[in-house]
Formats: sequence, C-alpha cells, structure tokens
Amino acid sequence: MTKKDLGLLVLIIVVGAIVASVNPRFLRVENIANTANTIGMFGISALGQAFVIITAGIELSVGSVIALTGVLFVDLISNHGVPWEIALIIVLALGAFIGLFHGLLITRLKMQPFIVTLCGLLFYRGIARFYTGDSTAGFAFGQSFPDLEFLAAGRSFGVPNTFIAMLIIGIVMWVVLHRSIYGRYLYAVGKNEEAARYSGIKTGLIIVSAYVVCQMLTVVSSVYFAMYTRSIAPSAHGNFYELYAIAAAVLGGFSLRGGEGSIVGVLLGVVLLQELQNLVIFLNIPSSLNYAIMGGVILIGVLADQQFGAYRERRRIAEAARQPSKSQSVAAQ
Amino acid sequence: MTPSTATPAPAHAEPFLVLNGLRKVYPGVVALEGFSMSVSPGEVIGIVGENGAGKSTLMKILGGVVSPDGGTITIDGVEQSSLTVGHSFRAGIAFVHQELNLFDNLDVAANIFIGREPRMGGPLQLVDNEKQRKMAAPYLQRLGASFKPSTSLSALSLAQRQMVEIAKALSTNARLVILDEPTSSLPLSETDKLLEVIAALKAEGISVIFISHRLHEIERSADRVIVLRDGKLAGTLEKSETTHDRMVKLMIGRDIKVQAATAARPPGEIALKVVGVRTSTYPGQTVNLSLRRGEILGMAGLVGAGRTELARAIFGIDPIYGGHFELAGQPYAPRNASTAVAQGVFLVPEDRKGAGLLLDLPVSENISLPNLPAHTRNLIVARSSEVEVAETQRRNLGIKTPKITTRAANLSGGNQQKVVLGKWLAMAPKVMIFDEPTRGIDVGAKSEIYKLMRALADEGVAIMMISSDMEEVIGASDKIAVMHEGRVSGELERAQFSEENILLLAIGKHVGEGEMA
Repeated sequence: MTKKDLGLLVLIIVVGAIVASVNPRFLRVENIANTANTIGMFGISALGQAFVIITAGIELSVGSVIALTGVLFVDLISNHGVPWEIALIIVLALGAFIGLFHGLLITRLKMQPFIVTLCGLLFYRGIARFYTGDSTAGFAFGQSFPDLEFLAAGRSFGVPNTFIAMLIIGIVMWVVLHRSIYGRYLYAVGKNEEAARYSGIKTGLIIVSAYVVCQMLTVVSSVYFAMYTRSIAPSAHGNFYELYAIAAAVLGGFSLRGGEGSIVGVLLGVVLLQELQNLVIFLNIPSSLNYAIMGGVILIGVLADQQFGAYRERRRIAEAARQPSKSQSVAAQ
Repeated sequence: MTPSTATPAPAHAEPFLVLNGLRKVYPGVVALEGFSMSVSPGEVIGIVGENGAGKSTLMKILGGVVSPDGGTITIDGVEQSSLTVGHSFRAGIAFVHQELNLFDNLDVAANIFIGREPRMGGPLQLVDNEKQRKMAAPYLQRLGASFKPSTSLSALSLAQRQMVEIAKALSTNARLVILDEPTSSLPLSETDKLLEVIAALKAEGISVIFISHRLHEIERSADRVIVLRDGKLAGTLEKSETTHDRMVKLMIGRDIKVQAATAARPPGEIALKVVGVRTSTYPGQTVNLSLRRGEILGMAGLVGAGRTELARAIFGIDPIYGGHFELAGQPYAPRNASTAVAQGVFLVPEDRKGAGLLLDLPVSENISLPNLPAHTRNLIVARSSEVEVAETQRRNLGIKTPKITTRAANLSGGNQQKVVLGKWLAMAPKVMIFDEPTRGIDVGAKSEIYKLMRALADEGVAIMMISSDMEEVIGASDKIAVMHEGRVSGELERAQFSEENILLLAIGKHVGEGEMA
C-alpha cells in the first residue's frame, strides 16, 4: 500500500467518522451492506477502466455497454428462455468483441482512444434503445432465477456477493497487474510505448488486451447492475458510469497519461465515491447536489495530492541544496 | 567586392569585445575551458570545431542565455562575468540562427521590424506599412539584396531569408553578427551570395563570427579562424595560414587511430545480409550490405541519409518495401521488434531517453524488460532474479548508480546508455546495432562504450555502428559503409579510412583510386 493509498484510506475513515457522528444511522448494518453492494458493482467496472487508463487510454463507452449488454442479458433469459449461464457467456463474448474492436481501431488504425470510445458511447446506447424499442426491459411477474439471484443480489455471511466478487476479481487483478509479466508490460506500455516497443514488447497486443479486459469486466458489472435494478430503461441505465470509473481511478492515483496507479488505489477511489453518494442522504443534503459534491471532492482531492507532491519535491531540492556540493572540484585550469 | 579579395581589417582597429578565460561546466562535461578571444570592428572570424567542441556553449554565453562559471567578458572596456540577453542585444551582438525566426505570411519589411513597427498615430495606432517599407529599404540596399521590402517572405529563397535576418540585425545597430551554420542547408549557388553579404558587412566595419562545418567557405571568407576542440582553444589561424588541412588537424588534434589496433583478425562469416532492401523514406533506392561476425561496421553519412531507417527495419520496427534480410544464411523477416529480439538482433536506439529507456522505471526493471519471461516463476516476476542479473550487468559495464533500483532518469547520459546496453547484453546478442551510441555522452564514458563494443565484436557479435561523428567512425570501425540518400554509396576498408573519403561518399561522389588515402 503506497502513501497515496494510505492517505485515501484515512480520508475515507475521516469522512465516515464525521458522517457517523452527525447521523449514527450511517453505521447501521443495512446501510453498510447496501453501500458494499454498490461498491462491488462499481468497483468491478472501475477495475476494467483502470487497465485501460494504465495504457494511457480511456474507455468512455462503459455506461452504454452496461445498458446494451444489460438489456440483452435480461431479454435472453426472460423472453427467450436461454439459460442464464449461456446468456452470460453470450454477453461476455459480445463485451470481448467490443473491446477487441476498440483496441484494433486504436492500435492498428491509429485512432485516438477518446474518439473511438466516444463514438462507442453514442453507438451502443443507440443500439440498446433500438433493440428494446426504447421500452424498459425487465422480468415478467413471478419469473425467478434462484442461482443467478443469489450470486448477483444475495449475501454470504451478511456480505453482499457483489462485494465478494469484487474482492476476488481485485485480488486476481492485483496479482496480474503488480506481479505478472503482463502487468509489467502494461505499465511499460503506458509509461513509454516507444521504449516498450524497442524492448521487444508487442505493444499493440498489450493495448488491445487492456480494452478486452475492460469490456469483459464491464459486462460482469452490467449483469450485476441488471439483476440489481431488475428493470432497465435503455435510455438512462448506466449513464455516467464510465465517468464514475474514471473518477475512481483518478482519485486512486492513476494518471490519464498512463503508467501509474494501483489496484488498491482504484478500489479505495470507488469506496470514497460511494461514501460521498451515501453521505448526501445521511447529512440531509438535497440530492440534487449529489454530482456537485462528487465533482468538488474529486477536484480538491487531486489538487491536494498534486500540491503535496510538488511541496515534497521542493523540500527535497531545498534539502539537497543545503548539502555541500560534491562536484565543484573541477579545477579552473 | 568578392569575398576572396576581402581586404584585411584595419590594423589599428581596437577590439571591442574581449573574452578571457571563459569556463563552463555542465554535470559530467566541461563544455568550455580557459577560452579567450577578441573581436575587432570589421573582422570576420571563422569558428570551427567538431560537434561537442564547445561552439554552441560559446554562442549561448555571447547571447546571454547561459552564464559562464569563470572568466570575463569585456565589451568596450567594461569587464563583466556574464551577460544577460538584454545586455548582449544592447552591446550590438546579433544572431542569425540555423533555424530562422521569420514569418512566412508577412512581407520583408514587416519581418525586419517585427515588434518595433512604425505607427500611424491616432487612437488606433495602426501599423504604417508605407513607412516601414521605406525604413527597410536602405538595409536591404547595403546588403545588395535583389528583392524589395514589399516582397512576401514566402517568395524568397533560403539565402535571401538569411539576408532578411541580417538586415534585421543591421536595423538594431548590430556591431557583431553571429552566423550559426548559415550555409549548411544552402545550395552552392546561394552560398556565394551569402559570402558576398559577409564581405559587405565587413566593408561597413561590422564584425562577423561565422560558424560552419564547411571549411572551404571559412577558408574563403575569414580573416582569422578559431579552432575549438573539447571545449578548449585548439589554435588560431591567421588568414595566410588558413588551409583546409591545418584546420582539420587542429580540429581532430589527436591520434585518431587509437581504438583501431586490433583489426588484424580475419573477419568472420556473414551474420546479417541486407539484400535489395527498400525503406519507407527512400522507396526508390535499395540497400545492400553484409555484416560479419566479429566486425564493427561503421555506418557514415549525412543526417537523413537513411541509416536510422535501415536500422529500424532490421530491428523490425519499420516494415520494408522490397528486398529481404538473411540472418546467418537463413531468411529473416522481422515483423516487429519482438521477432528481432527473439533471434538475437538488438538495437541501441538513437533516442536514448525516448526509445531506449523507460526513465521512470528502476535500472533493474529496465534491464530485465526485454527478457522478463526468463525471470518468471509460475507467471510471476521474480524480483530476486531480476536484481541478480541487473547487478551482474552493473558490475560488468561499470554502471554508476546509487542503487540498482534507482530510477533510470537519475543517471548520467553515459550510464543511461550503459543500462540500454545492459538490457541487451543480459541476453545473447548475435547482431547489435548502435545508433549514435555516444551522442551527448562525455569523453570518458565514450571510450568505455568503444571498449565494450570492441569486446562484443571479439566475442563474435556482428556490430553495426551508425554515427555522424567522423572521428568515432574512423576510430572505432573495422569497415565503413557510407550512405547517401537511401543507398550505400560506397564501402571503405581500413586502409581507405579518411574524412575526405567519407565526405565524398556521403555527398554521393565516388572515391577514385587516386584519391584514396
């Protein structure tokens, strides 16, 4: 855990303590479990976004993909009688295909990630609305999928299964990102793609894979969101979710220039964002201020982090300047 | 007046600018040391020296951009330890840089008076274009320009644009005009025109410092030539003593065959063959080359001759548009650098910081990066193995770094280059391509890099060294191939090595039998 992560954790605890002291209901088990559930769902999607951001890319189509694969999944299992396991495989494959498509446009055809995924954001939203005729997709009365509902909305030992899933995926991703060759390559590509290529790394492949991983994790979260809301309005479902993921990553110490950030950081970022959502309710702040608070906290958080970094750098230089010089022994003649 | 018949400066003219004992030290490099010179009115001074000899440092000091660490600058009898940009300007020192600071979309007069435009008065203070053109005319006349103040800059040739810059300098009452490599991009016909302008300045009593690699022009126009070598004054030649040979001798200064002692061995078998390869920059030309084991092949040529493009193609970074490669007799078609690395073909790129290293990563991770699978246990990178290999390279190459986990950005240029070397030497090189391996590296680290290259060659590695440094190419190579506009214009064996021969081939001429040294 880096200093940055530790700072974020302290912030989360301090904010939590303040809210709890104003309104003790904040700490009730039911509230914590509900928040853990949303943390789990948003966390899985943020983990995917983190992979893309490390390569200095961005994936803006996440929210629309959540809507598209959400309506598709619900439609398959409720209207077409497809077993949910098969439906899950179908939407995962669709996600992988979308990621592959984005990745190839970016690496092979040299398009900018922002543009490719912005077009994706519009395109998949449109397809989702067209697919359902712009009507809400949901389950018929009395339909029930016990296994799926347990996995997606149930709890084990009181802990929401989405949160457990996020932890498991997080641990796997931590090993992949921080210990495996693939993770090394991801960071190297994000730091300096040119130098990575000159070291014999297939940079295109690495970048494409990041988009594939991102979209597949997006699909996993999409299924959770679908089972959580149980009815999906394709014009609004998942709106802004890509921005939550990006915000969490930025709060967690990721640089949009790539090559920086950790799994612990992005998950703590997700926790803080959900805590802020929750705080609005418990401090009786008008819910219309929700986004304003989130935006303000992210801005102040990133600003404080950078200023602190700059301060430490200045102090380091001042420290070094006090040391007697080592290389002033060059003779005049 | 033609430049070749330029009259010598009046003997009684007192120098108005005197530099004494200037010294400038950059971390790891002494850029200028004990340098003194003086400039009298109407004097044309040529400054020559190889890359890194200290010319640009000297110019930066005169321009007030950097402060010297020692020595004095005396202008009109006033002694100072350093100049500011404003002071340099007020003293009448004007620069004409290789990269011209002109605006294509304005006319000549507007370029001359940019930022100092005459106004029409009134509340709007509009620019008085008529007046501006009238003001510009006399300066152009003095320089013998054939174009008018109202001519659009975009209609002018490069030499004419330089005249505009010089006119701009005159309009600020310059006493000393410093021309930095003014002819390097000029065709010969234009060069004559510029030399006439220099003569015109001299006739008006304006001094000129003329920096050039083209020794013949210096020989024709300078009253005095100052030769810089390794930051020191290597010698001053008066007009009567200025010959091409003497300048070269002073520039090079030392025995350049120092490195070349061990070439008695017969060359090994062919490691890499380049057969009719076309690169994207010169698709109309083909390259044919053979690289032998145990041999250092120097690749000389002018910047932009297609050497780096060839290196990138061999390393699989760029595709080729015809021809093929053979590696030890087998077909070799690298689709990307990964293929090249797997076959033992490595490149130390020209852009060390951008392509050679990940500056933010520790030294150890830079070294292990191309060979990570070898450091892996059950898909997890084993740091101990990484550090061990990196430590071995640190010892073998003498990489000076506080810790093996120090970020590469914190190392000096020479040590960074050793890290780039280390990452390849930790694997098994068959063919190593060095692209400008010693650029920006101080002299001590340079000779270590040469030694390492030689040691590699002795182990049977085939080495291609791209270099624009003549001394380096001649000193470190066993054989030299010279490229000109995308093709190999000639190959030189050891006995034929000379700056003249390389230069002739580099500009696309033949080296005749009689001319060979």
